[in-house]
Amino acid sequence: MDLFEYQARDVLASHGVPVLPGGVAETPEQAEAIAREIGQQVVVKAQVKTGGRGKAGGVKLAADADEARARAQDILGLDIKGHITHKVMVAQASDIAEEYYFSYLLDRSNRTFLAMASKEGGMEIEQLAVERPEALARIPVDASVGVDAAKAAEIVDAAGFPAEVRDQVIAIAVQLWEVFSKEDATLVEVNPLAKAPDGTVLALDAKVTLDENAGFRHEGHAALEDTAAADPLEARAKEKDLNYVKLDGEVGIIGNGAGLVMSTLDVVAYAGEEFGGVKPANFLDIGGGASAEVMANGLEIILSDPAVKSVFVNVFGGITACDAVANGIVSALGILGDEATKPLVVRLDGNNVEEGRRILAEANHPLVTVVDTMDGAARRAAELAAA
Amino acid sequence: MSIFLNENSKVIVQGMTGSEGSKHTARMLASGTAIVGGVNPRKAGTSVDFDGTSVPVFGGVADAMKETGADVSVIFVPPPFAKAAVIEAVDAQIPLAVVITEGIPVHDSTYFWAHAQGGSTRIIGPNCPGLISPGRSNAGIIPANITKQGKIGLVSKSGTLTYQMMYELRDIGFSTAIGIGGDPVIGTTHIDALQAFQDDPETEAIVMIGEIGGDAEERAADFIKANVTKPVVGYVAGFTAPEGKTMGHAGAIVSGSAGTAQAKQEALEAAGVRVGKTPSETARLMRELVA
Repeated sequence: MDLFEYQARDVLASHGVPVLPGGVAETPEQAEAIAREIGQQVVVKAQVKTGGRGKAGGVKLAADADEARARAQDILGLDIKGHITHKVMVAQASDIAEEYYFSYLLDRSNRTFLAMASKEGGMEIEQLAVERPEALARIPVDASVGVDAAKAAEIVDAAGFPAEVRDQVIAIAVQLWEVFSKEDATLVEVNPLAKAPDGTVLALDAKVTLDENAGFRHEGHAALEDTAAADPLEARAKEKDLNYVKLDGEVGIIGNGAGLVMSTLDVVAYAGEEFGGVKPANFLDIGGGASAEVMANGLEIILSDPAVKSVFVNVFGGITACDAVANGIVSALGILGDEATKPLVVRLDGNNVEEGRRILAEANHPLVTVVDTMDGAARRAAELAAA
Repeated sequence: MSIFLNENSKVIVQGMTGSEGSKHTARMLASGTAIVGGVNPRKAGTSVDFDGTSVPVFGGVADAMKETGADVSVIFVPPPFAKAAVIEAVDAQIPLAVVITEGIPVHDSTYFWAHAQGGSTRIIGPNCPGLISPGRSNAGIIPANITKQGKIGLVSKSGTLTYQMMYELRDIGFSTAIGIGGDPVIGTTHIDALQAFQDDPETEAIVMIGEIGGDAEERAADFIKANVTKPVVGYVAGFTAPEGKTMGHAGAIVSGSAGTAQAKQEALEAAGVRVGKTPSETARLMRELVA
């Protein structure tokens, strides 16, 4: 889960990382009130989970509270690379003497954590890594050891931070490690880490990504989720514990197992090329079990998607054999009754496949077509969606 | 032969008395696996009956190994306790720990991976279906009745795609099929399995199944080019996955230009791997190679 800047700032502050005063506003009036409290020049920043907001007009200076209200008025509602701005952060503006960069992240390839630091901040780090790789220090962090003051000094010295800020940056590096490890983050990035004219080092902007698997030990994390931005179908699926992702096509997809469902999306998209570019409408993994209730919940979500024209149910009967899956589909259609209105193409393979197909044939539901192969079923589902 | 697991493997189950653990212990036993014990500190000294087979419960992995000679542990312990369970298995120096548990925080898996370095335990998973050497032993949740012993080796990030491929090629059979898991940090990688299949005289050809996220497939492609002489066919899932959306597996996500299926396919093809567009086409490619 990626946090908004204001949420990341709050998380950093709660672990002692120095940040500037500020707050988040959903209306120009709220922005004005925050600016009035700060009582000096402020910066009004669009809260969107994408880069390049400065160029898009999403970051503006305001000399006083009235101007902050006007700037918030301009920025709220702004479309930045497809992200609509619903909130702005109003923070005390700071003169910047120097900009640095600091991050901790999960290094998947090496199965470890990585600290990255540079005394040249402000620009996109991907750009710095390509153009001046020698300016970016990369120090692996052993997950079973972590970062203490000595390790932090190793990172800070590798990046060659100026002597006058060294101690401050070392202290911040230890605090940021606390954020990374105690909050179960997979990314904590401060860019820029800035030196103000008085020599104080501050985190001016931050990105934090939290591990959703660790939610069970962080009561506060659920509240950080951006429920307003979630697709309504995704939100409803989540309530029912379904692993669902909305996509922009016409063929509803239900399958068991993440890999098989991803593969199903691909096979449907290939088949759809033949029928005017029909595409999968969603990802939905109902898991290994595929019980009637889960099947009914899944079908209900997919059938309520107005974009869906046909549904492809693609199940491999492994732990749950095909006869049980077939019974699940038949009962699910029974539970849904008149709500089931779109054609279903079902492909079953695996254990007890003959019995599974027999059950579906016997039920003889008018909406259901059984096709033996995954490729053939995908083609049929695409054809029905294009009809 | 087979890799990592054979007819002499003695398997214990951490979390055997939980609902998933007991369900799959029964299935592993039914498929002929030598399950020699379970681990639960609160139920040490008791035993559990599985359809007439009595399996003793031990207080810890080290005790279980000492009493039974176990060399494989299958771990079903829930996410909050999984890190401690894996560390216990590693500290007991069990040769193979298969972590089935889904939903383990990545800080925990990165920790137990770091902790296992320099030790003598191979970790498979987490968030994986385990592995099966058909007709010999089954450590995890892969259905045992899909296929038989044979000459194909299979390594996959995904459970159901493993089953699908085993089913497509069920008449030829498999030496070992191993699901390495879809999490961002896993123990045994594609490369580890490829090396083992290359060294296994019974394995004649290898199927490698990957998916979006990370760069494991690209690294495996480099490894194949340099080290694998047996024929390899590949499949990659997730060509149509949009950027920034996690597709079921915690590790299955395209971030910017990194982790795309296209890049993985190209890397594999550049290494001489024939890559199928669909699972069935992949099975056909394998059939052409070994028929």
